[in-house]
Amino acid sequence: MKTASRVLGTAFFSCGFEVQDAPRYGAERRGAPTFAYVRASQKPIQERGVIRNPDLVIVGDDTLPAVPAAGVMHGVGAQTVMLIHSRDDADSWRHRLNLAGPVIVLPTNGDVAADTDLPFVGCVSAGAAARLTGVISREALMAAVAKELEPLGDRAVRENERRALAAYEDMEAHEGVVREARDIRAEEYEAPDWIHLAPEEAKISAPAIHAAATSEHVETGAWRTARPVVDEARCNRCWWICSTYCPESAIAVSPEGRPEIDYDHCKGCMICVAICPSHAIAAVPEEATPREELESR
Amino acid sequence: MSRELLTGNGAAAWGARLAEVDYVPAFPITPQTEIIETLANWFESGEMPGRLVTLESEHSMITAAGAAAATGVRVFTATSSQGLLYGMEMIFSVAGWRAPFVLVNVSRGLGTPTTLESDHTDVLAARDSGFLQLHCATCQEVVDTILMAYRIAEDTRIRLPVIVNLDGFYLSFTREPVELPDPALARRFLPPFDAQNLRFRASAPTSQGVAVLGGSPYSYFRYQAHLASLRAIEVYDEVADEFEAAFGRRHEAIEAYRCEDADILFVMIGSFATKAKAAVDQLREAGWRVGLARIRLLRPLPVDALRRVTSGARGLAVIDQNLSMGQGGVLHSEVASALYGHPKAPPILASFIGGLGGRDISPEELYEIAAETRKAIDEGRSPLPRLLFTRDELREIRKLQAIAEVERNELEVKR
Repeated sequence: MKTASRVLGTAFFSCGFEVQDAPRYGAERRGAPTFAYVRASQKPIQERGVIRNPDLVIVGDDTLPAVPAAGVMHGVGAQTVMLIHSRDDADSWRHRLNLAGPVIVLPTNGDVAADTDLPFVGCVSAGAAARLTGVISREALMAAVAKELEPLGDRAVRENERRALAAYEDMEAHEGVVREARDIRAEEYEAPDWIHLAPEEAKISAPAIHAAATSEHVETGAWRTARPVVDEARCNRCWWICSTYCPESAIAVSPEGRPEIDYDHCKGCMICVAICPSHAIAAVPEEATPREELESR
Repeated sequence: MSRELLTGNGAAAWGARLAEVDYVPAFPITPQTEIIETLANWFESGEMPGRLVTLESEHSMITAAGAAAATGVRVFTATSSQGLLYGMEMIFSVAGWRAPFVLVNVSRGLGTPTTLESDHTDVLAARDSGFLQLHCATCQEVVDTILMAYRIAEDTRIRLPVIVNLDGFYLSFTREPVELPDPALARRFLPPFDAQNLRFRASAPTSQGVAVLGGSPYSYFRYQAHLASLRAIEVYDEVADEFEAAFGRRHEAIEAYRCEDADILFVMIGSFATKAKAAVDQLREAGWRVGLARIRLLRPLPVDALRRVTSGARGLAVIDQNLSMGQGGVLHSEVASALYGHPKAPPILASFIGGLGGRDISPEELYEIAAETRKAIDEGRSPLPRLLFTRDELREIRKLQAIAEVERNELEVKR
């Protein structure tokens, strides 16, 4: 998404807009929720930080709306356009998230995105977004992809250009659907609900966690792009290797020596896949996991 | 002149490159690391002559920076937050060496609790060190200010190191349009460092940074550094004039935005001031007479300019993105000490603490700050200091505390 924001930012900029784009860093790890934002304006931009009321929200992974920390719905209002990469249709998302504004799903042909499409989500998003704004030309988009991906080499640039352009063409029916919201005016603002903090006892106000295992509440399993799956026939019941090497302690071993993976907390690092001496653990893309199984969790 | 999109960190690296620095002692820390990564790439590819060395800590890094500057070469370094504090012993020491260099600090709140996001408590801890201190509000200012900082630092009347501060996240990782100064113009504006008698040479022994006992010599040397710092107010203005003549951009020690007829002024430092500018425009449209005084040069504090800029106002709303525990906002007390007893000082001085640990400040909050200040003007009494903190935020804290089992009674029982 950082790539998407830079491509979109550069494209806006070359079309004569003032631009501000930034990724938001937190847990720097593949699969962890992350986001980036772009502002564009005909005037110099004085606003800063995370966009409070976005005109367009792009979701690159449809497991994110269910993750509170991802903040997908933050500031989404009646005017906000939602562009989401998903195999579910727009009506489902409109209903599921109670969205009042336009909802657009990628890919538009209803095909399930293949695993090999994943690295291109950024440029596909940027290409689609460019058309949705209605103010970015094909040429500006192509030049922006080439500029931002140049360090990755010609092949990566060409493939990303192709996909960004396809997404741009795909969005023809929605050209210009994104509208610039009004600034919040000083005549009619809603006053912040400030409070004066009262002093509290140190046992309350010290930053300490007294409960054990609070990380159980956070289902980091949603970060996975692929899951390790144990082949019972090949597993030789060594009882310790995968479970010891698992950095998340997400593999327990049953009394019979059978590894049991806690998919709520396995982040999909695949260390177990690499370390298993009998090659009994395979990496299966999350998209290949049956939907019912995901929903039953 | 063409512009390009650069992050604040990228702009900082360009500042060092255009200053043609000879030596960069480095140590990584979020959110600063991108600066030294960018410089390392340029040194590696030969685009920048000179040398980058990674040290084993910020303490060593700042020592190396001061020591290299004391040999008469141009030095650049960068750090943030805990790193600045880890090097704090040497921050005070090297300033006393009177060896000029530029240190970029990318502001980040201090532990505890730990955070990665921005506030100014880190850089303000260096306030009394002897380093001059310049605060940027945009990525453009970052590159411009680094060039200006070398001119001021290396001025023979000053010869003190300078901290150039930019805010983590809000500038460090944010791309904005930046016009890079032309290298030839930059070289003309900032010629090679003339170190005068600041040198270490073979067969020419020098003792720098000596020990003194008895108090009198100590007083002399310390006060001389203080006087040099104060002189930087006039030197800053000279350098700002020259910078404007060379590049067409004016960076005042105190930026006064729509202050002329203002009743109420926001007083701030750093990148959140651009938000305040937008709020000033909106409030003006709604018929309020509001302005912004943004302090760029914090050390030395340009007291006369601050008095001049604020003299017509009836109330000041100081917004501190820092916290001096047991006292409050640092900028608030700086402004109070600068204005106290001055006949034209605004009668109302209100203190707002906001933006700690990267907490955003919304337009509505800026409007409300103006409203509270106006109410205080009408009542003739400065309000109590206020933390920008909402009921919803407290509710969120209560949720976290419940998970952490902070205030549950059974916690006591279990033990």
